[in-house]
Amino acid sequence: MERIPILKMGRFLLVSIQVDMDDRTAMSLQDDLTARIVKDRAKGVLIDISSLDVVDSFIGRMLANTAAMAHILDAETIVVGMQPSVAITLVELGLSLKGVRSALNVERGMELLRTIVQDDPEPDALDDQE
Amino acid sequence: MRSTIKSESLPVRGSGEVVSVRHLVRRWAVELGFTIVEQTKIVTAASELARNMVDYGRGGTMTIEALEEGPRKGLRLIFEDQGPGIPDIEMALRDGFTSGSGMGLGLGGARRLSNEFEIRSAPGEGTRVAITRWKGAA
Repeated sequence: MERIPILKMGRFLLVSIQVDMDDRTAMSLQDDLTARIVKDRAKGVLIDISSLDVVDSFIGRMLANTAAMAHILDAETIVVGMQPSVAITLVELGLSLKGVRSALNVERGMELLRTIVQDDPEPDALDDQE
Repeated sequence: MRSTIKSESLPVRGSGEVVSVRHLVRRWAVELGFTIVEQTKIVTAASELARNMVDYGRGGTMTIEALEEGPRKGLRLIFEDQGPGIPDIEMALRDGFTSGSGMGLGLGGARRLSNEFEIRSAPGEGTRVAITRWKGAA
């Protein structure tokens, strides 16, 4: 089974999904991401799906669940780069991905994440106070 | 007159083969000259129906057919399993209905993404779903 790499960049986690995931790969990405949010004290997660030419209900649900779990763990999730044909198909499928924030591309997604979490102190700063 | 130009079958037993279904349908849709949106719709519908076979039908077979009817070209996908069957098809087609852990968008969603949709199922007799998408149809 393939594993999708998760990169840490400051307080954010970055994922770029480059392969057509089977359901098990999608589930393990969800598990890995929630574990890493806690371990790395991440405040934001950016998921780039620009390489995905299909998002079906399973992958859509994985994205929505990941965002919901991240939110409970005090991190924001932004999904970026969805292809227009994928967006059209998702809505027709009946999946509106309410609750998942999105941005056009990685650059705008990073800007959005920074805006959302800018008022929070760095976790390192908290460490220093302890 | 509707005629089948060519066809191919693929066994679908696990989630890895759901991915194979997506790739095969994509390849045929590209060959037929489907637009990106048409390709994405039929590949997504195929993914939902293939997963249904794996999750609820104990696996099955997908058959893909390239169709010609006068000037129009299309793809027909047939999903057949020997699983437990669906007792109430009307209910299964409703959004949000699921007997498992999914979201219940599979059948209804696949129907919305297709131009033609047929389903035949009975308890103990498995399930057969056939969808067709025509190039250039809304």
